[in-house]
Amino acid sequence: MSEVLLDVKGLKKYFTTKRGLLHAVDDVTFTIEKGKTLGVVGESGCGKSTTGRAILRLHEPTGGQVLFEGQDVAKLNATELRHKRKEMQIIFQDPFSSLNPRKTVSQTIEEPLKLHKLIPDKQKRLEKVLETMETVGLAERYINTYPHELDGGRRQRIGIARALALDPKFIVCDEPVSALDVSIQAQILNLMNEIQEQRGLTYMFITHDLSVVNHFSDDIAVMYLGKLIEKAPSEVLFANPVHPYTQALLSAIPLPKLGARKERILLKGEITSPINPAPVCRFANRCQYATDRCRSEEPQLKEIETGHFVSCFLCE
Amino acid sequence: MSENKNVATVDVAKKYKKKSQTADIVKRLFRNKSAVLGMIIFLCIIVIALSADFLFDYEQDVIKQDIMNRLQGPSSEHWFGTDEMGRDIFARVLYGAKYSLKIGFSASIVSLAIGLVIGAVAGYYGGWIDMVVMRIMDVLLAIPGTLLAIAIVASLGSSVNNLIIAMSVSGIPGFARIVRSSVLTVKDNEYIEAARAIGATDRTIIFGHVLPNGMAPLIVQATLRVASVILSTAGLSFLGLGVPAPHPEWGALLTNARSYIRDYSYMCLFPGLAIMTTILSLNLFGDGLRDALDPKQK
Repeated sequence: MSEVLLDVKGLKKYFTTKRGLLHAVDDVTFTIEKGKTLGVVGESGCGKSTTGRAILRLHEPTGGQVLFEGQDVAKLNATELRHKRKEMQIIFQDPFSSLNPRKTVSQTIEEPLKLHKLIPDKQKRLEKVLETMETVGLAERYINTYPHELDGGRRQRIGIARALALDPKFIVCDEPVSALDVSIQAQILNLMNEIQEQRGLTYMFITHDLSVVNHFSDDIAVMYLGKLIEKAPSEVLFANPVHPYTQALLSAIPLPKLGARKERILLKGEITSPINPAPVCRFANRCQYATDRCRSEEPQLKEIETGHFVSCFLCE
Repeated sequence: MSENKNVATVDVAKKYKKKSQTADIVKRLFRNKSAVLGMIIFLCIIVIALSADFLFDYEQDVIKQDIMNRLQGPSSEHWFGTDEMGRDIFARVLYGAKYSLKIGFSASIVSLAIGLVIGAVAGYYGGWIDMVVMRIMDVLLAIPGTLLAIAIVASLGSSVNNLIIAMSVSGIPGFARIVRSSVLTVKDNEYIEAARAIGATDRTIIFGHVLPNGMAPLIVQATLRVASVILSTAGLSFLGLGVPAPHPEWGALLTNARSYIRDYSYMCLFPGLAIMTTILSLNLFGDGLRDALDPKQK
């Protein structure tokens, strides 16, 4: 059993809206081991990104604990949090809006180093910038270009370089490839894989693309409407999905084979509103196995075999 | 070895020099003929204002009465003629540029600075701070600028400094609103969140990320504000609340000349032309700047 880097317990993030309290992330609990990748999947609006941002406190969590190397990030004050940010970074989805259009490549990568006064010497800082650019595969001739002069793949490399500049231990990857062309997706994924191996990084990889997550993750967590409904090592999850939603999700992966047919589970019904949800199973409305119990009680996350957690009454 | 490496990094930074975005904007500005015209005229006016002290002796040429030569039309000796006290109107108009520009620039800069801070704080933090601050700005905005300035000057007394204060106060809400709205549009970009993620403080985010990306409308507003302050100052002086006599402020020259307009119309003509030229040049320049700063025009 390797060391646990991140231990999230009962994480909650509610947003106040005009119509009530929006439960974006509701009582999510999981751990990530050092050097491993946790893939987080789910449809859009299920709270994947919000979970990632709440862990980094880019959104203030409403409740719960985020233990990073045993220290509760949710309780840090502003200065402590700023220091902690050196160790926890994020790569954003959209490489077009995540880079300041008025800063050159080197200014963007240099900024975190400047902010934390890590390398006071200008010359050495430039060396570090060049080194980081090399790591992410950006040619040094781009050092003084502006983001709008570069394509999506290169921009995303800048985003990765900015996150890596501080030598973090943990990176939240918020759909880092979903805005890119398929051919470039593969390049970026391979790059991220290499960097992880070199530096022993830990990733939380948020995506809605199941084929990506299968390649990339050691563990996979499936989220539905703010709830974590299933978490297992990836091979286990793909071989033996237990939650009806996970099953439906996996059956939707297209097979890259002509004429291949497979039983699709089509989900019917509307998604339950995440605003003031009733304490019942949130998937019950669309679940073909739903019983009265599902509509009157809320299932809890249970470990059905080692490392395989499910939140469903079916497996009890 | 490490020295070699140092040399190498310096070379890399030099070799791929960054193209300045400002240079781009200047280039686009110079392509716009009317903007260049406005700029040239305005630069001339600035030069005149700065050299007024060297060209004329204030005591001798600008305010000294010479009753023998009163109300003379334009001639080779007095290019713009003389007024009812025999003072050379050419000297007075040129000297007047000094007052107008001084008031125009100082008041615009002061209201820009204060409006910038107020608008940035309100826009960035939002919530009740935004509510309270912007409602106060709305109250100020509800009072017409000239009226507000009249009230301030009337209560503080009329002097150049009080005029600047009055003009600054009435300009603040306009700037605050513009800054707030551009902060609101920029703030939701992911790079602001990215800046927070790498540990930037609110101050770094506001001044390093938000404002540089929302500067364009502000620069334009500042340019146009100089013009409108000059015009309002002339208006206040015209009403007798501006720069006190015998200082040759343009608006004051106009009021003075008003009683003689029937017989000596040139007395009104030249200060009026001076005001018009200044405002026109600033507006041409401001409009050109607005176009040049718009990235869609690339």
